[in-house]
Amino acid sequence: MTEAFPGALVGPSSKERKYDRQLRLWAASGQQALEEARVLLVNSDGPWGKQSTGVSGVVGVETLKNLVLPGIGGFTIVDPAMVTEPDLGVNFFLEEDSLGKSRAQETCRLLKELNPDVEGNSESKPVTELLQDPEFLPQFKLVLVSGPANKSTLITLSSAAKALGIPVLYTRSVGFYSTFSLQLPAVFPIVETHPDPESTQDLRLLNPWPELAATLASISNLETLDDHQHGHVPYILLLLHYLEKWKETHDGNVPSNYKEKTAFRDLVRSGARTANPEGGEENYDEAVAAVLKSLNPFTLRSSIREIFEMDECNNLTSETADFWLIASAIREFYTKHNVLPLPGSLPDMKAQSADYVSLQNIYKSKARKDMAEVIEVVRRLEAELSPRPAQIADKDIEVFCKNAAHIKVIHGRDLPQLNGEKYTVKAINNALGDPESLVSAFLGFDILDSIITDIQSGKQNEKALDSALAWEAGVDRVIQSLTLEASAAINEETKQRIVQRTQELRRTQGGELHNVSALTGGLVAQEALKVITRQYVPLDNTCVFDGIKSRSEMYRL
Amino acid sequence: MVAIDQKLRWKHLYNVLTRSGPFSDEDWVPGPETISTLESSKILVIGAGGLGCEILKNLALSGFKDIHVIDMDTIDISNLNRQFLFRQSDIGKPKAEVAAAFVEKRVKGVKITPYVGKIQDKDEDYYMQFKIVVCGLDSIEARRWINSTLVGMVDFENPESLKPIIDGGTEGFKGQARVILPTLSSCIECQLDMHAPRPAVPLCTIATIPRQPQHCIEWAHQIAWQEQRKDDTFDSDDLEHIGWIYNAALERARQFQIPGVTFQMTQGVVKNIIPAIASTNAVIAAATTSEALKIATSCNPYLENYMMYAGEEGVYTYTFEAEKKPDCPVCGNLARAMTVDPNMTLEAFIEALGERPEAQLKKPSMRTEEKTLYQRFPPQLEEQTRPNLKLKLSDLIADGQEIAVSDPAYTIDFRYRLDFS
Repeated sequence: MTEAFPGALVGPSSKERKYDRQLRLWAASGQQALEEARVLLVNSDGPWGKQSTGVSGVVGVETLKNLVLPGIGGFTIVDPAMVTEPDLGVNFFLEEDSLGKSRAQETCRLLKELNPDVEGNSESKPVTELLQDPEFLPQFKLVLVSGPANKSTLITLSSAAKALGIPVLYTRSVGFYSTFSLQLPAVFPIVETHPDPESTQDLRLLNPWPELAATLASISNLETLDDHQHGHVPYILLLLHYLEKWKETHDGNVPSNYKEKTAFRDLVRSGARTANPEGGEENYDEAVAAVLKSLNPFTLRSSIREIFEMDECNNLTSETADFWLIASAIREFYTKHNVLPLPGSLPDMKAQSADYVSLQNIYKSKARKDMAEVIEVVRRLEAELSPRPAQIADKDIEVFCKNAAHIKVIHGRDLPQLNGEKYTVKAINNALGDPESLVSAFLGFDILDSIITDIQSGKQNEKALDSALAWEAGVDRVIQSLTLEASAAINEETKQRIVQRTQELRRTQGGELHNVSALTGGLVAQEALKVITRQYVPLDNTCVFDGIKSRSEMYRL
Repeated sequence: MVAIDQKLRWKHLYNVLTRSGPFSDEDWVPGPETISTLESSKILVIGAGGLGCEILKNLALSGFKDIHVIDMDTIDISNLNRQFLFRQSDIGKPKAEVAAAFVEKRVKGVKITPYVGKIQDKDEDYYMQFKIVVCGLDSIEARRWINSTLVGMVDFENPESLKPIIDGGTEGFKGQARVILPTLSSCIECQLDMHAPRPAVPLCTIATIPRQPQHCIEWAHQIAWQEQRKDDTFDSDDLEHIGWIYNAALERARQFQIPGVTFQMTQGVVKNIIPAIASTNAVIAAATTSEALKIATSCNPYLENYMMYAGEEGVYTYTFEAEKKPDCPVCGNLARAMTVDPNMTLEAFIEALGERPEAQLKKPSMRTEEKTLYQRFPPQLEEQTRPNLKLKLSDLIADGQEIAVSDPAYTIDFRYRLDFS
């Protein structure tokens, strides 16, 4: 009893208390993935002509801050730059005493102070040198690159990461604009996408399984129930009851279109008792409100159908990832039953406690039964494909079954380059059709990358950053690469919009503003968390932020 | 120590303050004057928590030199996953002081003045000294208070009396940032119904027919504690108290065979915990401080006037102009229309005011022009007006009549026009 409170309460551990506010978002499984991950930050790549690097790397450092705080396993900062005065005006993880010292070391030291659970180290060598060691890159779960960057370094790094299946985030922040792109493996599956709970309800009212249908017997005397009982019949049962009534007068068919559903809703409403002080019944109100959204036949979403049709789901081998093996088992379940496994959750509704609990148990046991069937298929497939590294845990299959209708596979793309890749060119041209589109700022950043590449290779000197000539040549180059196809054309108006964006980038000569970089570091960290925890849905694949209008846009480039 | 060349140090920031851009106002004159205006702008930050820590850092690195910060809270272990100016050894110390000292130490040349206490402790003279107010709060009540105070301070003869409010808020992967020019643009009260509270579980569910683990926890919190430990003041930070609630809820859940009561859930329900992470705070805080920089310097146009962000699926923002409402109880001149059932008792109406998205008043007192309908204080008046609680609205007021509602949480009266349904 409540008086007998045990002296020693087994409360949360201090780690659970520290991470309480985030565990409510990604749970222990997400936290574990985070703690097992190590990220690489490449925060600059050599000098810009005679000056030290112009890349302040604030987005990178702020991103790391947002990963160190929630407890990422570890990080490595690669940054050959020395701390200069302008760094102190934008980077919070440097102090006056850091001047002239290794920026990698100093930012690493001050970031580590944020969380003693996190391991961090730094490298002052250029990343291309570190990549010579084949052991270097594979230790990371994610690579962050701060731009603007020399194109050849970027390509070397992103191809090496791609070969290892390591996602890459490439960020640039200049003045009031920023952009970042996420390079994911060609197939990036997610089970726990965390859809809105409202959209995930799957009650199967139009085609109830026998145990659910049998519950109707408990209200066969609905009309003769006393007011209290009548007002506490769970709305699910009310809907099942009135569906039976409807079928009697509609050749055994359920209401199927909007008009019929409206009529059905009136039928339900007419059953409510109104001769009471409230003038109605809450359970009937709930039933009426649920008609339009709950009385839909089960249909397989096209995104799930596409997943079922993918090669990975159909050609299993002993090396097939767990995701595809379970997906394949669920596809088999679907082929047999024409529905996915029941998720088993039941929304709250007006009802007596015992009635609600027993209804909940009917949903739960059906979900368990469906899951058992899926597990059986998984085990059979495992046996057929043996030897496999390890048996898939029941828990993983359970999570998959619960989320089966909302799983997602992202078809990752390489970091977008303006190198004539048709898909990218087409997507940019489409976006440019909208005069408000921020894709023109993305083009501005591409021009900046080219100028930096020219400076680093000695083709231009660092004055090019603020040279109208260099930027104009960049605009022309970009337009040329977008109009290689005969059909594509860029009008003067669109060109002027690109020029306008480049003027804003020129304004700071490639320099970062702390606010915009801090904001971008928040966005990038969010994507990093989603990629590492494999929960929620990451960006696919490019985001541009405009700090002038305080808005962002996403593109698949 | 080496003297740092300030021009070199602030090179990137000074670039946008001394050169105009394609989107900055044509009449704007960039240059040293803009820089000195920025450096002499006194700015107030309300809240030194998840958003506040970020806001202080960002303002210091945006060239603001005279920053004040108010927060009444002390540092808790659960803050450390995002409030990056605090360490394990700071637990129990006041947030405003620790945050101010940290940023002052890191960014040399900035002065940050902390005040440990409530915003309600301060009067108009205090708020009058600031040029801009940035809010990083987790309570709607505090936002409404500062909003009505700053709207009330506007004197049309004196442009300096208009203090732009930049407000940020987050929940999990979502958040919003907005700019309010008191009396000129949509205010926090105008937008109140966009931030509706979660509907409370009806008391009868909690008392007699629990179905969810949360109902059992509410029972332990609202009913069992009152019955069995009414001499102890409940403290949601006391682990023994939470533990007691947890066990009481577990026992009730066992009786009703309801699965799912956990300690974490108990804490969440009792303390009304909102999930919070560093990254969302970083996004929203920087959105507010970016606006502060633009408003203080005119280096680019500011946000008009609302940005919402959602990060669960990709990166989604929606930027729009929220409308100023003529019937806003704070910045409008008209009474806000509210449709009510004439057969509702005054008591039920008062209860509903706490939850109606457009009111959210927890302890209202109210009167018409002629008579007092219900008054909570002083006790004699409460006693006198108590019988009205049982009367129907139609017995007390006419269709379309205006009432004035006051609430101890706010300094102003809210005017509503009650239209019978």
